[in-house]
Amino acid sequence: MPEVKLVNITKKYGEIFAVREASLEVSDGEYISMIGPSGCGKTTLLKCIVGLIEPTEGEVYIDNKLVNPLPPESRGIGYVFQEINLFPHMNVLENVTYGLTVKGRPRMRSRAVAQEALDMVKLPIEEKSFPRELSGGARQKAAVARAIVSESKLLLLDEPFGALDTRARTDLSHQIRRLVKDLGLTAIHVTHDQEEAMSVSDRIVVMKAGRIVEVGTPAGLYLSPKQIFTANFLGETNFLEGRVVDTTPEGSVIDVHGTPLHLRVPSEIRKHVVAAIRPEFVDVRTESKGGENTWRGRIEATVFLGSVIRYKVLLGNDVSIAVRYPSSTTSRILEIGESVDVYLPPEHVILFAYPDEGLDEARELE
Amino acid sequence: MLDRLSSKREIRLLVYGSSLAFFFLLVLLPPLTGVLLRLEQATEIFSNAELAARAQSAIVWSFAIATLVSMLDLGAALPMAWLIARRRGAWRDSLDTLVDIPFIIPTVALGFSSLLFWGQAGGMLGSRSVFQPGLTLVLLLHFAFSYPVVVRVLVGEFQTYQRTYEVVARTLGASPFTAVRTVTLPILKPGLVAAFLLAFARSLSETGATVMVAGAFENGPVFIKNAKDAGFQGPLVFVSTVLILSSVLVFALISIVGRRFKLPLRRVWPSLETRLSSPSSVASRDAVTLIVFLLFVVAPSLFIVLPGVQAIFDGTLGMALNRTGPWSQYWNSIALSYTIGLAATLLNVLAGLPLALLIARVRVGGSITAAIDALVNVPIIIPSIALGVSLSFFWGSFGSLPEFWVLILSHTTITYTYFVRAVAAAVQGMPTELEDAARTLGARPLTVFRRITAPIIKYSLLAGAIMVFTRAIDETGAAVAVSRELKTAPVLLVDWVRGTVAVTASERALGIGFLVITSFATLLVLRLIARRV
Amino acid sequence: MPSVRLVDVTKRFGEVEAIDDVSFQVVDGEYLCVLGPTGSGKTTLLRLIAGLTRPDQGKIYIDGKLVNEIDPEDRNAVYVPQQYALFPHMTALGNVAFGPLSRGRSRQRALKTAQTMLDMMRLGSRVGAFPQELSGGMQQRVALARGLASDSKLLLLDEPLGALDARLRVELRYQLSKLAREAGLTVLHVTHDQEEALSVADRVLVLRSGRIQQAGTPFNIYNNPQSIFVADFVGGSNFLEGIVRERGRDGSTVELREGYKVRVRDVSHLLQERVVVAVRLESVHVRAHSEFNPNELPGEILSRVFLGAFVRYDVGLDSGDMIASRVFFRHSPELFDAGRRVVVDFSPEDATVYTYPYIGISRELEVI
Repeated sequence: MPEVKLVNITKKYGEIFAVREASLEVSDGEYISMIGPSGCGKTTLLKCIVGLIEPTEGEVYIDNKLVNPLPPESRGIGYVFQEINLFPHMNVLENVTYGLTVKGRPRMRSRAVAQEALDMVKLPIEEKSFPRELSGGARQKAAVARAIVSESKLLLLDEPFGALDTRARTDLSHQIRRLVKDLGLTAIHVTHDQEEAMSVSDRIVVMKAGRIVEVGTPAGLYLSPKQIFTANFLGETNFLEGRVVDTTPEGSVIDVHGTPLHLRVPSEIRKHVVAAIRPEFVDVRTESKGGENTWRGRIEATVFLGSVIRYKVLLGNDVSIAVRYPSSTTSRILEIGESVDVYLPPEHVILFAYPDEGLDEARELE
Repeated sequence: MLDRLSSKREIRLLVYGSSLAFFFLLVLLPPLTGVLLRLEQATEIFSNAELAARAQSAIVWSFAIATLVSMLDLGAALPMAWLIARRRGAWRDSLDTLVDIPFIIPTVALGFSSLLFWGQAGGMLGSRSVFQPGLTLVLLLHFAFSYPVVVRVLVGEFQTYQRTYEVVARTLGASPFTAVRTVTLPILKPGLVAAFLLAFARSLSETGATVMVAGAFENGPVFIKNAKDAGFQGPLVFVSTVLILSSVLVFALISIVGRRFKLPLRRVWPSLETRLSSPSSVASRDAVTLIVFLLFVVAPSLFIVLPGVQAIFDGTLGMALNRTGPWSQYWNSIALSYTIGLAATLLNVLAGLPLALLIARVRVGGSITAAIDALVNVPIIIPSIALGVSLSFFWGSFGSLPEFWVLILSHTTITYTYFVRAVAAAVQGMPTELEDAARTLGARPLTVFRRITAPIIKYSLLAGAIMVFTRAIDETGAAVAVSRELKTAPVLLVDWVRGTVAVTASERALGIGFLVITSFATLLVLRLIARRV
Repeated sequence: MPSVRLVDVTKRFGEVEAIDDVSFQVVDGEYLCVLGPTGSGKTTLLRLIAGLTRPDQGKIYIDGKLVNEIDPEDRNAVYVPQQYALFPHMTALGNVAFGPLSRGRSRQRALKTAQTMLDMMRLGSRVGAFPQELSGGMQQRVALARGLASDSKLLLLDEPLGALDARLRVELRYQLSKLAREAGLTVLHVTHDQEEALSVADRVLVLRSGRIQQAGTPFNIYNNPQSIFVADFVGGSNFLEGIVRERGRDGSTVELREGYKVRVRDVSHLLQERVVVAVRLESVHVRAHSEFNPNELPGEILSRVFLGAFVRYDVGLDSGDMIASRVFFRHSPELFDAGRRVVVDFSPEDATVYTYPYIGISRELEVI
């Protein structure tokens, strides 16, 4: 039985669509992320679920009950805000027990539950401290504890790690996932950081310009995206425009800027296509061996990224391909200007129909 | 160019220094030290037991009334401010405008209007005696004229308040009423304390209207006026000194206590509070709020319209426009008021701007800036009549400065705080990064002010100047204390109402009416200018 | 001639030393990243160089000239704050023209320069827009254009990509460095994102609590971290506590918990010395069975996370330690589920040994 169901949610502000016909089903106990660029509508959609925003059209069901007419306090949801918003005039304990205090629960019991929650998020601080005395990460944990304590089975997180450094973000997001799974909660997590989403989610919802673009597991969306935007948003991707010139039982042959590219995909005669391949799947060879799906080019740029080297290879007709290689101290780093062969393994090439709005628009990250 | 000059450290020091000097030497010190010059006279009062008792009672009543009225105002204004800040709709906008009316009307007009209104009301209810000039009327008057001030401050607080806190509380399960009580109000406590203090200061300070409705009753300002009229110098000095000292003390006390004071948020009664959040409870609460507003604030303020209109048709208007009889002095007084208003505004803007920037931006040393910040409030804490008394002594001892200039200086002193506060707040609200970026792009300090700071805070600059101007025109207390020959319009009208100058009822009504009209007109013009800028 | 030079600079706020005895140089045309956690003093450093705050001690030189007493508007160092600080009451064009105008150019020339800059940023069609009407990425470009238009050769960028979405940050950082280099600028770019620093900088300065931890090329900093902090902050590392049990000419043996031993190339630590062995996540291999490689340690998979190009394993070793491995998904023929018994190993060349920190590893790694 789905825990949350959204049916055709639309939110308009005047003539502008913040969310457009969004439908989604989230199962009980699932951890899903909603990702997309700023302004894509993910926060608006989340707020529709919480009840802070009233959708112009569409229904929200929680545990099969229509909650559209219900105010936030009656929906049984724990919500962690983007700006955290721990009550500044209350200490940590009072903040965390608030959800129970307002329901009139006895104080001793509330304190015990709060302590449990604080232990769970690993916040071993003096409960009498005030929010302003805590670090960013500690405040975030307290906010999560507060949301959990309110006895809700559904946890919604709105970009909760915004203000933290990368390391703290990673640590905290893993802790929260563990917490959610241990407590058997259902979680919906909004973020613009695709890496964060991939590392914690069971499924990911990709949004752009108010619409849900695609939904899938992290691996599924990353390795087999069905939309160009998904491919580009979830991590760097090379996009090559081309035309299908031949179709064989083994796959289609695509002409990309004068070089035939052999792809093993179910043949559907499409004229204008976009071939995509992730930088880490591209091979670079110093000796020229020629062959299918191989191009000759020159190293245009070399970027050292720590564990990874990123090359930009310029192919004859001003097409650049990005390549990622693990850097290890044994192999040498290629130099700018060096001639190399670039090989695209056919099993890693994904084919898209050329988008109506144009490749640039489809890729656009803003 | 001037811009280049502003880069020089010496020039900047000069500008800020003179602004600081202006503040200390012309605004802060004279009121505080003036009374000290006549301190021996203060002790005279103890030789007269009856006078001493009167003085004591007057001082105590001043504080008692201020406290009571401020609390009532806070209680009544809170739901009203809530209405204005949170609701939408045409009627809400008209309410917003209506609330400002008592604020716009000069207090002397308010006083006279209240006098007439409650007199009539008493007559209709058959208990004239309750609404005769006296304590009750003073309370009603003070409640009315502080009400809009408190509402405005609270509306401002509600509007800048981060609603997310309240929303968070709701998502945690709190009903709207509980969320506001346990989260919003405690967070806004500094604003509530500030609103309370503002109402308190106004009640303590107001003179003209209070004199009109006080009758035989005396609070501090009324006592001082009576003493001045009767020529009792000693009691005058005594009460002024005590008021100056005690007002500063009480303010400091309230600010400190206010910070510690914790609103009750331990216990929650979920079922009761949910019911209080229901539409029907809200509706009844709104109804009561509106009734209180209309009955105790709007009606007494606007009542003057009736006799005013009457006066137009019974020939008084003609006389007024012909400057016959008392009217020649009247128009002179109006001219005087406006001149003083303009002078005070000009002085405050020029001299106050650098200090405002100093408070907001320059890190002279955290505690020093905080101290200056607190001192800037002194002129509005001290009851204006006491301030005026002190000033007249101060400037008097320097070999008679012309009365005109003493009037200008006293009006400048009283309104100084409004401009500096408004501008400092606006600048503090501006991120420093804007000015930082501008400077590294090559802009000199004056250029930064001209092209970045000023355009961004222009509304506050204008609002501050308007506040100074309207307040200066409205002022009675200090003017009463300082004036010997020259009378500003409010002072003259107090005499007209009290009967010190003999005029007919119609003339009174019309005199007040003209003042109201000119005030409205001025404000309208200023607001139009503000919108254009 | 070095473009920027700091000598023994200290800046205090009350009791706290925001910048503590810092000295370094930036060569003309260099792109230097100052990398550090929040609160390490990065912003203060930029503000000191810009002249928006004065040092309590030390000297600052720009283009060889001592600038301690010189006002910001005369230093010719443009400061671009974190949130860009675009003037809200001016259009994009007005913003970009502000620099030249303030420096005395004619209005005509200033506007022309501004238009050119914005065209270069591909914002030529949005010159009349106000900052609030532009997206985050566009605002960033306007801020950059404004800095470039001011004719200054020194650019001080405070987390220039911080306000942007994660993916956008990656896309725009290459554009940013490319532009700066083409314009021949000297750039000080402050960030807490180590990947960003590694990818754009000629040199990196690692800052912590107001002190320089290490300075060098990205390659250098990453491959030769001189402290546990740098090893952790830049790229992340696994840390294993142990004691040196053997010491030879070509390496040492360190005994971990529960008697497990590992070989390292390091010889700079003494016998019985307490040490920390650091291994990068990408150097840790996870295998189903022993393959008789050096430094094999048995354990159990605690979690597996798919990170797109990478797979990350958190492994609980039998020794009681926790170790993480991050390898290319492409090079992982077999994926291991949680609970599976595995063997992890790393090459002795990939291990760096540090003296065990007096205050303990977790305190040492704290970012305050």
